[in-house]
Amino acid sequence: MQIVRHLQKHTKSYEKSGPEKKLVHSLFYGLVGMTFFLIIWVVVGYFVFRRPGYEQFSGFMPLPAVNALFGLLFEKEFWVSVVASLRRIGVGILIAFLFGLPTGLLIGFYWKLRMITNTPFQFIRMISPLSWMPIALLLFNEFESAIYFLITMATVWPIIMNTSFGVSRVNPHWIKMALNQGATNRQLILHIVLPASIPYILTSLRLALGVAWIVLVPVEFLGISSGLGYIINDARDTLEYDRLMAVVLAIGIVGFLLDATIRQIRQLFRWTWVS
Amino acid sequence: MKIRIEHLCKSYNLPGNENLPVLHDINLSIKSGDFVVILGASGSGKSTFLSLLAGLTTPTSGKIWVQENEGPEKEITAPHPSRALLFQQPSLLPWLTVAGNIAFGCKIRGEGNDLSYQVNQFIEMMGLYEFAQTHPPKLSVGMAQRVCLARALIGHPKALLLDEPFGSLDTLNRTHLQQELINIWMGERFTAVFVTHDIEEALLLGNRIVLLGGRPSTVKDVFDIPLDYPRSLEDDSFFETKKDILKAFRCAIANECD
Ligand SMILES: Nc1ncnc2c1ncn2[C@@H]1O[C@H](COP(=O)(O)OP(=O)(O)O)[C@@H](O)[C@H]1O
Ligand SMILES: [Mg+2]
Repeated sequence: MQIVRHLQKHTKSYEKSGPEKKLVHSLFYGLVGMTFFLIIWVVVGYFVFRRPGYEQFSGFMPLPAVNALFGLLFEKEFWVSVVASLRRIGVGILIAFLFGLPTGLLIGFYWKLRMITNTPFQFIRMISPLSWMPIALLLFNEFESAIYFLITMATVWPIIMNTSFGVSRVNPHWIKMALNQGATNRQLILHIVLPASIPYILTSLRLALGVAWIVLVPVEFLGISSGLGYIINDARDTLEYDRLMAVVLAIGIVGFLLDATIRQIRQLFRWTWVS
Repeated sequence: MKIRIEHLCKSYNLPGNENLPVLHDINLSIKSGDFVVILGASGSGKSTFLSLLAGLTTPTSGKIWVQENEGPEKEITAPHPSRALLFQQPSLLPWLTVAGNIAFGCKIRGEGNDLSYQVNQFIEMMGLYEFAQTHPPKLSVGMAQRVCLARALIGHPKALLLDEPFGSLDTLNRTHLQQELINIWMGERFTAVFVTHDIEEALLLGNRIVLLGGRPSTVKDVFDIPLDYPRSLEDDSFFETKKDILKAFRCAIANECD
């Protein structure tokens, strides 16, 4: 009970603070967190890479890595790769949405369909998307298509699951109201279920982006000649460890920005459930 | 709209093959233009009853018939906008504005003729003028319920089914909305079926009160309320009628008859 009271008190005092204060808070604590992160990086780097025989790896330390990152910003190849990587997850997630959104809506809407699909979906969902890699290479002649396939396979499940969950959480009064007003099944889906599920759909997009961004890098080791994963692989082969580390940082930054964007969009579509 | 209810029974299937009888052998005739109040304790099946009238739930046995303007009697099998329902809790769509919510039914039914003019009329009638472009989460419960009332009324329903619509309002708002509802009903003369557990509210609104009681619920008694509209709690005649009715209630429910 002590813990619960403690938590309540702190959430309350946080919620009471105004938006400016919240921004200052999150900036401040974000900076503190990043400082700790840097310290750990330096300390670990110091102990690992300053040992005799490991000097060649000093590129992994913060200073050379950040330097290399600045260098990357002026390289055309880097930006081409960023765009290529973004395009891949974009196309992959788009395909996943085209398939997953209607599937999720239908599964959420018709409980029999949900019962039928539950077991196979839960089963396939647990298979690591990377284990489809050999199959993808057999199925598709081009690496590019194989990558789309793999991203789609990785992201379609969170989209289906979250969308159908969103549908099952639609306020039953909205459904009754629409039926009472004479809505057909199709109108029910389009005018009630779909908009009501938008918060859940955006959550699924956020999850999908996270998964896609993680899967992308190993998938880009596949033998293509662009993409952030490709640059990492390339830098390893040419022993440019500062460059390698810089791309790792870039992957983190781009991923963070993507996630932050979706979070912002989701704020706009936060239906409060009171009315 | 005339409504005739014959041997209506409803029981719910509970998990584990259990059966919960809620309504038993309800027989009732509602005249066109009546304001009928269904009075019963919470859990007595009032919402179930309205849901059956709306066609959102199917009866276990028995039938409900409706008849419009001396036309043929039709059995209720599905929901229909001519029997508009107002819920206990406001059920507004948070992604639409107040105006959008009011227009919702007409939009999906494709009744587009000067819709915005009609919506504006209802917005003005309900005193929602400043809120036309507001989204529901910013409204008070009273405002939200006004919007729901406007949404129910804009399609000019032949019957209005109200499920304790003012139950979550404060006294001031409730009194206001009760008066507005009576004014609208006197103007439009739709059939109103109003569900409540509040005896005073029942007496303020209904020209007939149907008393539900027992387990499962049946119609215990039906009272005609001969008071003129608009009624007021302060009137002596209201007070007298209330005393009579309370006595009759005791007689019907607890068998304590004088
Ligand atoms: N969909 C349902 N499934 C099972 N039981 C229900 C359902 N709806 C209502 N009930 C039960 O039926 C009884 C009557 O409920 P309700 O019609 O809501 O009464 P009231 O509106 O008078 O409070 C309650 O005991 C309730 O638990
Ligand atoms: Mg109820």
